[in-house]
Amino acid sequence: MVKINLRQMQVDQTGTIASVKADGELGRRIRDMGLVPGKEIKVQGRAPLYDPVSLRIMGFTLTLRNNEADHIQVEVSQER
Amino acid sequence: MSTAIALAGNPNSGKTTLFNELTGARQHVGNYPGVTVEKKQGTCITDTGAFDIVDLPGTYSLTAYSLEEVVARDFLVNERPAMIVNIVDASNLERNLYLSVQFMEMGIPVCIALNMMDVAKKRGIDINIDRLSELLGVPVVPTVARTGQGKKELLETVAARAKQGNRALKISYGLDIDTALDEMEAEIKAAGFLTKTYPARWVALKYLENDKQILELGAEENKEVATRLAGIVQRLTSHLAATQDAHPEGMIADQRYGFISGVLKQNVVRYAEDRNRLQQSDKIDKVLTNRFLGPIIMVGVLMGLYNFTFTYSVLPTEWLEGLFGWIGGMAEAALPEGLLKSLIISGIVDGVGGVLGFVPLIMFMFLGISFLEDSGYLARMAFMLDRVFRLFGLHGSSVMAFIVSGGIAGGCAVPGVMAARTLKSPKERLATLLTVPFMNCGAKLPVYALLVAAFFAENQARVMLILTLISWIGALLVARLLRSTVIKGEATPFVMELPPYRLPTIKGLLIHTWERTWQYMKKAGTVILGISIVLWAMMTFPGLDDTTLTQFEAKRSAVTDNVSPALLNEISAAEGDDGLSEAALAVKEDLLLIDGEEAQAALKNSVAGRIGVALEGISRLAGFDWRTNIALVGGFAAKEVVVSTLGTAYSLGEVDPEENTSLAQRLQSAPGWSPLTAFSLMIFTIFYAPCFVTVVCIARETGSWKWAGFSVVFNTALAFGLSVAVYQAGKLIL
Repeated sequence: MVKINLRQMQVDQTGTIASVKADGELGRRIRDMGLVPGKEIKVQGRAPLYDPVSLRIMGFTLTLRNNEADHIQVEVSQER
Repeated sequence: MSTAIALAGNPNSGKTTLFNELTGARQHVGNYPGVTVEKKQGTCITDTGAFDIVDLPGTYSLTAYSLEEVVARDFLVNERPAMIVNIVDASNLERNLYLSVQFMEMGIPVCIALNMMDVAKKRGIDINIDRLSELLGVPVVPTVARTGQGKKELLETVAARAKQGNRALKISYGLDIDTALDEMEAEIKAAGFLTKTYPARWVALKYLENDKQILELGAEENKEVATRLAGIVQRLTSHLAATQDAHPEGMIADQRYGFISGVLKQNVVRYAEDRNRLQQSDKIDKVLTNRFLGPIIMVGVLMGLYNFTFTYSVLPTEWLEGLFGWIGGMAEAALPEGLLKSLIISGIVDGVGGVLGFVPLIMFMFLGISFLEDSGYLARMAFMLDRVFRLFGLHGSSVMAFIVSGGIAGGCAVPGVMAARTLKSPKERLATLLTVPFMNCGAKLPVYALLVAAFFAENQARVMLILTLISWIGALLVARLLRSTVIKGEATPFVMELPPYRLPTIKGLLIHTWERTWQYMKKAGTVILGISIVLWAMMTFPGLDDTTLTQFEAKRSAVTDNVSPALLNEISAAEGDDGLSEAALAVKEDLLLIDGEEAQAALKNSVAGRIGVALEGISRLAGFDWRTNIALVGGFAAKEVVVSTLGTAYSLGEVDPEENTSLAQRLQSAPGWSPLTAFSLMIFTIFYAPCFVTVVCIARETGSWKWAGFSVVFNTALAFGLSVAVYQAGKLIL
């Protein structure tokens, strides 16, 4: 298992959120939508211009901008 | 305690559908005091009695960061509803419960309507409802809002359990936070700090969450206690930072989700398949948001929306125009000549007609946009376009407002400004509202058509393309400018749900469309009528003095005295020019010429005319003489009025904006006019003050006349600056 930034994840890659380093409104919005440590996510796709990114979590789809994804560390298995 | 029931839940949980199902047509929409957030209220009549239902704005949480959340929260604490009916999407249980937990922490009785049971079942999600109800300590009623299933049971439960006064839910946030919470709760209770309105532990929690609104209220209530509480928060914050590299606000959110997964793990929910497996909806997304196909389909959808709005609204708009034309005609025939007649026809009938003329447009626009919004496609558009619009400080969802306003030439800024409602980020929304009037709306087109026909007849298509590009580039750059000056600030987080695609319900679409349209007629309508009368007065008063009037009369007599009465009879009897003899035609022409001169003189002498003449000194810099100035003042009523007023100013009488050949010819030969003047005027037309209907809508949508005033002053200054630059640079080069 290695920790990488959510921005670096590939489409269809899965992982577990390790930490969320944002605070203030952004931090709160990210957490309110369920992006909290321990949750499994799967990158579902990217917008035509590669930003924002869309991901699956707890059975629904969420989007966030790359610079917002930067605050989220994800634990992924090493393959890929 | 009121008997009202608050309906609350996440966006896309079926809340509005349930509200419509419960209240039917017995609902009305207003605003929460002082803010632009919609407040929907309705009555639900059952066998046992009636409930008042308030539909709270859909939110994911109850922070103080967004207006919707503050409004929902304030309603709950100030109005103390008898019960919160919390709509929870069963197919998205875990995240929906996050808001439920926050309701329960407030200590108001909660009843969960576990909605979309059918969707959950289809996805292989099996929920043990009794167990969930037992663990959370609140009633849970399964529903399917779209079909009305479970509605009866829900109402029975509400009737039985409302007002029973729940004990606030107390969840554990971990030892460190719990200890601090206990200590703060004791302080708060001892001092009676804010406890008149809020539960003590909830206030403590909000202090730990660094909640701006509660912190401000606390500082007003009792400085001393507030400082002590802040001290405890400070201590905990540094402790958490040192030991766990965490912040209380973050930890509280983490622990809430922890509490929820703890509950769900106790045999509450079973998934027959991987939750993150691709659903039908995700397969659709593979096509609709595909890197290549996605944008192409989106262009198609936008063109479709545009055609739908502007094609289908033509017929009802024509009916309305016909109706008001007929009323105007009746007034014309029935009333004696004079000011009263002019007021009724030009001020009131045209004003009311102006208000109602937009109604079909607004209806079709909202119907189209509601469909895109409710189906889930709007969120995908925002997703695909966000990268582009963010560059200019806007949001992916801004595109809708720009397109409707005339991003594809021929739209209308009135529904465009209203379309900005789909934007949830306040700063991006304001920047969008203020820049959409730069788009080339349908009313600006006759102005361009006139000038292009007169000066750029060979390059018609190219000039139109250039104008479209200029308006887009201008709007986006101004948005960027505004976002780095007057509407400065961080981008609102984009963190957004892509809801599953759903077929909207017809009932929902119709109710939604009607509400918006009615609001426009009621609120904007009265103001628009008032301003329309003021503008009429400006173009009419003070009128010509008696000496001048007599001079024109004398000129007329000079023409008529020399011809036989038979000829005069022939003229007044004939409709149009058909069948008139050559001699009669000549006389008629002379008379029309005098009428035109009189109208020109009256216009020049009016308030608007005097403004135009007074401004000539400055406007010369952009190449405009007093005639153009008056026309532009008139254009504040509606941009196409520029053409008809220009006609009057050139003594051609009223010029029909669609039939401008004579005026175009007149301009070609008029002194002071050149292609450069025409281009300068077109630039000015793109950017100057929006028509007052749009201005009124901006005031309504932003909730303040300040921004409406800003758009008038700023846009006009910008337009003037640009036209002067174009005109002066052009003079140097050419």
